[in-house]
Amino acid sequence: MSLGFFVFAPGFWDNEAVHVALAVGTAVAIVAGVVGVFTVMRGQSFAGESLGDIGTTGGSAAALVGAGPLAGFVAVDVLAAAAMELVGVQRVRGRDLATGIVLGAAIGLAAFFLYLDSTQGSGNGSTVTILFGSIFAISSATIPAVVGLAALAVTMIVVLYRPLLLATVSPEMAAARGIPVRLVGALYLLALALATALAAITIGTILSTALLIGPAAAALRLTRRPLRAMLGATAIGIGAVWLGILLAYDSYHWPPHEHGWPVSFFVVALVFLGYLASGLVEWRRERGA
Amino acid sequence: MNEAVLSVEGLGVRIAGRQVLDGIDFAIAPGQFTGLIGSNGAGKTTLFRAILGLQPATDGRILVDGRPRTRRTDSIGYVPQKFLLDPDLPLRGRDLVGLGLDARKLGFAVNRRRKRELVEEMLAAVGAEAFADTRVGRLSGGEQQRILIAHALISGPRLLLADEPLANLDLRSAQEVVALLARVCRERGVAVLISAHEINALLPVMDRIVYLAHGRAAGGTSEEVIRPDVLSRLYGHHVDVIDVHGRVLIVAGAGDDEDLHGCEETVEHALPGEVAP
Ligand SMILES: Nc1ncnc2c1ncn2[C@@H]1O[C@H](COP(=O)(O)OP(=O)(O)O)[C@@H](O)[C@H]1O
Ligand SMILES: [Mg+2]
Repeated sequence: MSLGFFVFAPGFWDNEAVHVALAVGTAVAIVAGVVGVFTVMRGQSFAGESLGDIGTTGGSAAALVGAGPLAGFVAVDVLAAAAMELVGVQRVRGRDLATGIVLGAAIGLAAFFLYLDSTQGSGNGSTVTILFGSIFAISSATIPAVVGLAALAVTMIVVLYRPLLLATVSPEMAAARGIPVRLVGALYLLALALATALAAITIGTILSTALLIGPAAAALRLTRRPLRAMLGATAIGIGAVWLGILLAYDSYHWPPHEHGWPVSFFVVALVFLGYLASGLVEWRRERGA
Repeated sequence: MNEAVLSVEGLGVRIAGRQVLDGIDFAIAPGQFTGLIGSNGAGKTTLFRAILGLQPATDGRILVDGRPRTRRTDSIGYVPQKFLLDPDLPLRGRDLVGLGLDARKLGFAVNRRRKRELVEEMLAAVGAEAFADTRVGRLSGGEQQRILIAHALISGPRLLLADEPLANLDLRSAQEVVALLARVCRERGVAVLISAHEINALLPVMDRIVYLAHGRAAGGTSEEVIRPDVLSRLYGHHVDVIDVHGRVLIVAGAGDDEDLHGCEETVEHALPGEVAP
């Protein structure tokens, strides 16, 4: 028995679902890495987490009308981002309160939709799919939409890179240079909504922030330069997604038989390991220096 | 006669129904070093924000190079009031200086040689070469000020605004920053407007002074402004100016109704750590 057979369970390379999963996973890891570095730098992890959770409402509503979850995630996340931006006009205290209230209402609605989903024919598989993702169940027809949205979000960050960077360092300094800080922040939030929606189709709404924040936070420990952090986060994300897909595929042959382990579990676990490893590298580097 | 780089004419700013600035008049000639002196809450930051166009004026007008300022001007450099840069921010001092040149541009920065040389030159001008590759958030207060000054200067402004750059610096770093700003002013011909709540560190280098109190201003040379009659009129009550071994002590609030505000100011001006030796 060759090593290749041992690492790649039979049929891995010929499996259509695996192809789709790798393609979608790669696109999503790139977006998550590029957008996530700014999410961490701007301290907007909570906004990302909220958008991810709110996406549940969209995914469950989409399932109810028989549409794919991606459309639901994108629609609701973009709406939620716009709402957060509008609420941002108010004072900081009010913003926190409003996010909490909107989040609560959205999750309540999601609970209702998920209940309807589970009682109305389509089976309760959709609940798990929405909350924890199901990358092997993505149809190849979804690929163009995924790649298109991913390209859009990455392009937004690339185009806004320098104004966004200065606005992140100091809104005051950016404003003094004539950068429309508010507009740049709003466009960034839109890119974050797209990234969150894309992460949700691979590892689910609940875990979507892990892919967005984890690789970025790990990469930010290793470099002093934002562009390198983006490349690093993308590499860590792609590594975690690919390895996660491989392990999940192989796990069909692990106990209990004929029940693969969820991809999300592997991806999130690998991202977490990557984060721990980056901490170790940083610690050793700082001791050595 | 050179045209003023900045003229503030009858500026009034009202925020949330409160007259924060009222009838402010002063002008800055090219290459002049002006100190904007006032205690906390006097309106220094608000005045800077108005000059930058970030705070709408309710009265009067502000001319930059003789023209009403436009939002996208490179003729004013700005060092904002001390803010804490995140120590984990993945940005080297030289990157922040480079952003002073092209932060408005879209897309990634192409690593042009011209830009690298300009950044290198600015780092040398502020004496920041030694720590230009460290994450900015991990630099000391004085080192961060140098980077911020280089960031503000790299676009070649004719006027540099620095909002309390000496606050939170120890005596030596404060003197170094003052010396650096004075040198920038003389050698590059950049007019400097620097705010401070303590006057003594700036006395040796100031050409002119704008003294802010209760939203109103008195301007002129320090001999013209730091006088009991002028400052008493500004504060609206009696103020003493005491000379202690060549250091100025402004005692606002002396008199029969010694209010807390005045006492606070006395203490601020007299803090031993902030008075030049
Ligand atoms: N956005 C604002 N809203 C309400 N009051 C403000 C605002 N900005 C400044 N002020 C008030 O204006 C006064 C001057 O503030 P500021 O310009 O920050 O003073 P300084 O910089 O001299 O300490 C203060 O009393 C402050 O409370
Ligand atoms: Mg201030």
